Amino acid sequence: MALILENHQAKKLKPPQEKSSYWAIVRRQFSRSWLNRIGLIIILAMGFVALVAPLLANSQPLYVRYEGKVYFPILQKIWPLTHLNLYPEIREWNFDKLEKKGADVRYTLVPYSPNDYDLESILLPPDEYHLLGTDEQGRDVLSRMIYGSRISLSVGFVAVGIYTLIGIIIGALAGFFGGRLDMLLSRLIEVVICFPTFFLILTILAIFGPSIYNIMIIIGLTGWTGIARLSRGEFLKLRDQDFVTACRSQGMKTRRIIFRHILPNALAPVLVSATFGIAAAILVESSLSFLGFGVQPPTPSWGDLLSQSRAFMDIAWWLTIFPGAAIFLTITSFNLVGEGLRDAIDPKLRR
Amino acid sequence: MSYYLFKRLLAIIPTLLGITVITFFMIKLAPGNPVSLKMQAAQGLKSEALSASVADETLKLYGLKVELPTYYEAWIHRTTAFLYGDDPKVDPKFSRRALEFLGQNFIQYKIWLTEMFQLNFGTSFKDHRPVWDKIKEALPITLALNLIEILIVYFISIPLGVFSAVRSDSFSDKTIMLLLFVLYSLPSFWVATLLLMYFAGGDHLNWFPIVGLLSDGAENFPFWKKLGNIAWHLVLPVTAMVYGSFAFLTRFSRTNILETLHQDYVRTALAKGLTFKRAVWHHAFRNSLIPLVTLMGTLLPALLGGSIIIEQIFAIPGMGRLAFESVLARDYPTIMAIAAISAFLTLISLLISDLAYVWVDPRVSFKAREVR
Repeated sequence: MALILENHQAKKLKPPQEKSSYWAIVRRQFSRSWLNRIGLIIILAMGFVALVAPLLANSQPLYVRYEGKVYFPILQKIWPLTHLNLYPEIREWNFDKLEKKGADVRYTLVPYSPNDYDLESILLPPDEYHLLGTDEQGRDVLSRMIYGSRISLSVGFVAVGIYTLIGIIIGALAGFFGGRLDMLLSRLIEVVICFPTFFLILTILAIFGPSIYNIMIIIGLTGWTGIARLSRGEFLKLRDQDFVTACRSQGMKTRRIIFRHILPNALAPVLVSATFGIAAAILVESSLSFLGFGVQPPTPSWGDLLSQSRAFMDIAWWLTIFPGAAIFLTITSFNLVGEGLRDAIDPKLRR
Repeated sequence: MSYYLFKRLLAIIPTLLGITVITFFMIKLAPGNPVSLKMQAAQGLKSEALSASVADETLKLYGLKVELPTYYEAWIHRTTAFLYGDDPKVDPKFSRRALEFLGQNFIQYKIWLTEMFQLNFGTSFKDHRPVWDKIKEALPITLALNLIEILIVYFISIPLGVFSAVRSDSFSDKTIMLLLFVLYSLPSFWVATLLLMYFAGGDHLNWFPIVGLLSDGAENFPFWKKLGNIAWHLVLPVTAMVYGSFAFLTRFSRTNILETLHQDYVRTALAKGLTFKRAVWHHAFRNSLIPLVTLMGTLLPALLGGSIIIEQIFAIPGMGRLAFESVLARDYPTIMAIAAISAFLTLISLLISDLAYVWVDPRVSFKAREVR
């Protein structure tokens, strides 16, 4: 029965592709589930939004045609171009008046900058102008959230990048060389594990002052234990395998064996762990911002938006719902992708 | 067993030392001490009024400056003289000061460590109360909170995990898993805010109190009524704390039971005619408990850390709130004490879970387990 079933399934499968590298298999396994694909798409979309945030939400018009001349005033607000002084003549222009004079003025999707306050439109519920409402200073919530994604994603990627690097190096040293070095490094890992991480981060931020760079560095310096243990285990497992012996017998340098031969084989579980780590780092950053230890105002970040909303909880639900939903969506997507990757690289599940 | 325990306990010592050293130097690196705090407070008067001698006395009062033993001073003198001699290019003053600094810190560290073992953590910079008193008030609250949480989590999530694993890939399993996945990714402070928004007054349901552990005047209630009052206050914070680890643990126990269900001995049990129920509960379930036990040890530190934000939101006077407030006030003695105590608790819980692991799984013997 089982045999027949297998045969039946085998017919339905496509013929194996010519080049089926490890990562190609992983990719195929990963994209089998629609949930994984959705997670990846959301992450990519978030990354895109974060990258082009000034082009999405800006109070400067995207495009102005006036008296036969074409301007792109938005360019003045995009970071490296801000110094160029592109259009000295339009600095003082009022685009509303210009539009009445017959100019063609086109705005971006969200025609508000994140820190533009407007005291005449405070705490407005979502409507056609402010898609996600406004806050207590009349700032557009959607615009602030778009810029907030930059903080969250950059903290997630940079912090995890730092600690993955540290973790791999320490784990590789401990696992590959073993012996006393392993014992010493294992003790070090144990010490760092025992510290209450969040409290440690809070304390260090209190000492060195809260800023986005400090958050990245501190999460990076405290979060590496998981990766270190993981890669230590992988290196322990791999260092006695035949391909390593083969490398040794060729007289290869230890550094080359570690980084060129063992590391690529140990990378997959580390990658999974790092994906979950990004979700965790984003959560830590927003928690810190929520406690007031994050990015300093007026720079918007999701946790900070959420923390500000607590004062207006009863009258302005949109201030609480949307930033929280953004944090939630991002974390879910990273967790989804992490799970998908984990299942994809797990040889037990591969058929 | 006793040999293993002995070795395991010995292995704790270097870790503990490492923890205390890091805590100590982290605080040493921090700018600001009681003197500068006093300076800030006295700015309205006149800062020169705080003369050098007063500053010196304050430092000594808080144990931040100690007399170096004479033999050490003599040693510093000899060493610098030996190392640098009359070389004009190096500044022996600098190296002397560095050595003095090291000596100062080492002696302070020694004093701090010995006093810590006598549960004397010094007095708080903030309100001049003994730090241990503050911790004694806060620690039981947090521990009780965590105990309640762990009990709830384990009592719901293990049966749910079994339920889901037995019906794996069915509609109900998939729904539960997706729901739990969503729960797992929900940031707890957002949930806490939402709970406050919808269940504690405002325009919505006014079922639960906003903050605190007791109502006003509830201190004099009879025992049961007081307990009821506390429970009423704890519903929202415990809900906000529980669901994350609940989701995590259910998924974890489901995977474990699924794994054990595919083992040969379960198939054997079924083959010899046991009912499915018996095979699941007596054979698969028991073995799937092993990783769950070890997990309990790692859960505790995460909960202690996680309670900072929840205790802050709900104004529960536990360790998390104490930690946050002492960080805000730069109250270094309290910060050091909390870091050391939580690290110590974590070490203990890791040890317990290690021992429990051997206790649950008779295949693992203490002899065979080597101490890393």
